[in-house]
Amino acid sequence: MRFLRARTPEEALRLAEKHPDAKPLAGGTDLMVAWNAGRLDGKTMLDLSPLKAWARISPAKDGADVGALVTHARLMRHPEVLKFWPLLAEACGTVGGPQIQARGTLGGNIANASPAGDPFPPLAVYEARVRLVHAGGRRELAFLDVFAGVKKTHLAPGELIESVHLPHPPKPSRQLFRKIGTRAAQAISKTMMAGLLWLERDGAVREVRFALGSMAPTVKRLHAAEEFLRGRRLDRPTVDKAVELLAADVSPIDDVRSTRAYRLRAAQNVFRGFLEGRLGRS
Amino acid sequence: MKLTVNGKKRSYAGLPFKRLLDVLREDFGLTGTKEGCGEGECGACTVLVDGEPVNSCLVPVGQMEGAQVETVESLASAKKLSRLQSAFLEKGGAQCGICTPGMLMAAEAHRRAGGKKTRQAVCTAVSGNLCRCTGYKHIVDSVMAALKGRK
Repeated sequence: MRFLRARTPEEALRLAEKHPDAKPLAGGTDLMVAWNAGRLDGKTMLDLSPLKAWARISPAKDGADVGALVTHARLMRHPEVLKFWPLLAEACGTVGGPQIQARGTLGGNIANASPAGDPFPPLAVYEARVRLVHAGGRRELAFLDVFAGVKKTHLAPGELIESVHLPHPPKPSRQLFRKIGTRAAQAISKTMMAGLLWLERDGAVREVRFALGSMAPTVKRLHAAEEFLRGRRLDRPTVDKAVELLAADVSPIDDVRSTRAYRLRAAQNVFRGFLEGRLGRS
Repeated sequence: MKLTVNGKKRSYAGLPFKRLLDVLREDFGLTGTKEGCGEGECGACTVLVDGEPVNSCLVPVGQMEGAQVETVESLASAKKLSRLQSAFLEKGGAQCGICTPGMLMAAEAHRRAGGKKTRQAVCTAVSGNLCRCTGYKHIVDSVMAALKGRK
């Protein structure tokens, strides 16, 4: 095990270029479990935790930039995040328990690319953008385009997550975050979801965004249902059809935490409740 | 590397990937912090780092340079238990005792952060700590008694 420590962003990029196989280490809440189990023996770790420049939440032109090293504990209490991106704040409060929230970072969570990352459905409906940086420059990916599969991302070797850009959403008519797990804390989700809905004055849907986690190898937006709902009033047949369309965008599986059937039914019930106005808040 | 543990300056020259938990227990002789699961599920090894509760089994000591670490040993002064510790004694907040140091530190973090004095808030504050004995009621009773200042 080699332990490289970056003191500045420039040093981090140099080290990442020189050691493209090094595993970036932030809060350690996932990597240390692997290390304790002996799964990282012989690997090189690149510790990013001293990079203060990447641990800030800064205002940006049309939103905010959240540094990759900002912890879940800070996000869930940050006044701007609570005001403009409350679903993200709420989701961060369901990650592990206070100890995990205090240590785990948003960038680390994304890089870990678990299908069950609790902040992912909110980031998907807020249409966050992820800034990647490497020794040769920067690029930006739409949040959903970061993920390649279970625990896999499209980050190139030597590339690091620098920050996450959150655009200000227009004020929604209705919004929801819901996590379904065995217990409130310290339970990995069976499924979790985030929704934003904007209605016209006559009750027709201007736009709806709904995302599900733990329902596919990566977090999913319900493109089929979202498109179908645009411009329609949320009457019974329309809601029935949208709930049916949910299945088109996900592929839940049976695993140790739940079953395909349960996940699908639970997600459809919450989606229906959201569209009918029984679940969520304004 | 240098860090502060319970207000005392300490230096450490061993492997950077040793767990903070093991450094506290083996290198610094502070065995109050217990190991439960070793994978961040149970909270038994909770200590405070710069005032925040963390699982010391998930922290490589190399990340602790310049940090302020506080363990359960820091709570009592001289021969007097802290109010929180006394409340655990009086209300039966400890049974087998393995989870107790972690429960105390998670509750201490909540108290110091000026957290709400409601059962719900206390339950959330210790939600990362598992107890197999008490069913949690006596633990929450203990923390509530300490927060409300009753002896």
